Amino acid sequence: MTGVSEKALFQSNPLGSTTTLDEVRENFEFLDDWEERYGYVIDLGKQIPKMPDQYRIEDNYVHGCQSQVWFIHYFDPESNKLYLLVDSDAMIVRGLAAVVLTALSGKSPQDVAAFDMDKLFQDLDLLRHLSPTRGNGLRSMVQKIQTTAAGL
Amino acid sequence: MTPSLTKESLIKESVTKESTAAYSLEAADGSKVEPLDIDRIRRDFPILHQQVNGKPLVYLDNAATSQKPAVVIESMNRYYREYNSNVHRGAHSLSDKATAAFEAARLHIAQYLNASGREEIIWVRGTTEAINLVAQSYGRSQLQTGDEIILSQLEHHSNIVPWQLLAEQVGAVIKVIPINEKAELDMAAYRQLLTDRTKIVAVNHVSNATGTINPIIEISRLAHATGAVVVVDGAQALPHLIVDVKALDCDFYACSGHKAFGPTGIGALYGKRELLEKMPPYQGGGEMIERVSFSGTTFNQLPFKFEAGTPAIAEAIGFAEAVRYLEQFDRKALQAHEDRLLARAMELADAVPGLSVIGQAQQKASVFSFLVDGLHPSDMGTLLDQQGIAVRTGHHCTQPLMDYLGIPGTSRASFAFYNTLEEVEKFFAALQKIIRLFA
Repeated sequence: MTGVSEKALFQSNPLGSTTTLDEVRENFEFLDDWEERYGYVIDLGKQIPKMPDQYRIEDNYVHGCQSQVWFIHYFDPESNKLYLLVDSDAMIVRGLAAVVLTALSGKSPQDVAAFDMDKLFQDLDLLRHLSPTRGNGLRSMVQKIQTTAAGL
Repeated sequence: MTPSLTKESLIKESVTKESTAAYSLEAADGSKVEPLDIDRIRRDFPILHQQVNGKPLVYLDNAATSQKPAVVIESMNRYYREYNSNVHRGAHSLSDKATAAFEAARLHIAQYLNASGREEIIWVRGTTEAINLVAQSYGRSQLQTGDEIILSQLEHHSNIVPWQLLAEQVGAVIKVIPINEKAELDMAAYRQLLTDRTKIVAVNHVSNATGTINPIIEISRLAHATGAVVVVDGAQALPHLIVDVKALDCDFYACSGHKAFGPTGIGALYGKRELLEKMPPYQGGGEMIERVSFSGTTFNQLPFKFEAGTPAIAEAIGFAEAVRYLEQFDRKALQAHEDRLLARAMELADAVPGLSVIGQAQQKASVFSFLVDGLHPSDMGTLLDQQGIAVRTGHHCTQPLMDYLGIPGTSRASFAFYNTLEEVEKFFAALQKIIRLFA
């Protein structure tokens, strides 16, 4: 997944650049009930740039999900930064993936591989979405991202 | 066995009556059934009285597994506290007591299913193991290359994959009964599929994904006319219907304890005695032998021939206790109540824009499988859970059915007799909230 045209696609993603993890953490603190919280999650998902169809292929498919999830990445060796994109047909999965992108996209592969996602999801009271139950695609996705980062 | 009230009469009734816990109903044959006190029934199920995500639990995932009355939990507790011992090794009193309870449980299940005797009931881990047993023991010993197995489009993976494994092993061919737009079996097509090469017809009694109740009596009659045996996946029927294997005239009937208010890890396979007699053992080990030597082994008699190893003793006792629990009720009244819950759901569904009900069979158990335009079932499940409502989402282990319907999956609310009209209404109020969130 290299090439200049793709770089633009990855850099059009605000999550992890203009939308920061601190901002997301802060917003979660002000949300009381489930409707506000999940409403925000869904809104975050809408910030992910649409993944062009050419990338929605088997190689990029994250298995083990109830919903369809795709993951692609772009590594810039000069800046040592790893850019990530995720797509899903389920809005909450997409929104939770946006939280993951906010935490990881644009970081060094070392930072991505070492990031404690369970801790973040626990802080945000979203840990149940990372539980190792059957059909939990988010966990598979995080593992796939961190394995990819560790291999760079 | 039929949904007992017309939709119109139910809607009329539910409009004029609030969702009271106790009410009288008419059964399918028009006879009056005893009023049910659902509040009292709910007190029998300890798990129902809790909060989930800060809301009272509304458990609508009964088709995945049902909840257990206290008497079932206590029967297993008592076994471990008072007479836990291995069965059929009667050198001491506890073992005698455990064996007596274990075999009494078998007899109880045999009587409940109207089998001819206790030797026609084989303990298994559940429906899946029961079907695998029939496929590997009966199937492998009786089928030859070119023989045909008929399944239906409605089947659960556990009534598909064991037959695919068998078909590969013996060179048999699998044929599939199609369904109509209501998710009912196309019986004319079934008649066409039956040939003198058909050796096995394996269908579910009630579909887990759509609730369709299949006409097993007719399926058996037609299969027997061509010399095929009928294997019924009864996992979803046991919690809803009175199952009478003689009336159904099926050759094998597979069911699970946990779907019918009993424990997990136990199920029963009913088989006609003459078929079980000629089948080879399924697994080897202790219990299933008569005498073992290195020059050869002789096998135990029915039903032990198929029960290698120490069985799930507490679970078998718990399963029989669940059946005993059910027997205190007028089952027609339970069915009428479940039909009323489903009818209320269908009525409320009419008012939800973009909602489609998947499976609208005339004969249908209380399973409400649905899709809402633009809303992924996975999102639906997550947000219902936030409101304390437990449903199942996904393909329900029926991928061939989902492919046939052209959908990735559904959300499924499945009702048991301990659910209330109020819960159905809460479920729809929650659903409307979710739709507003996505609007």
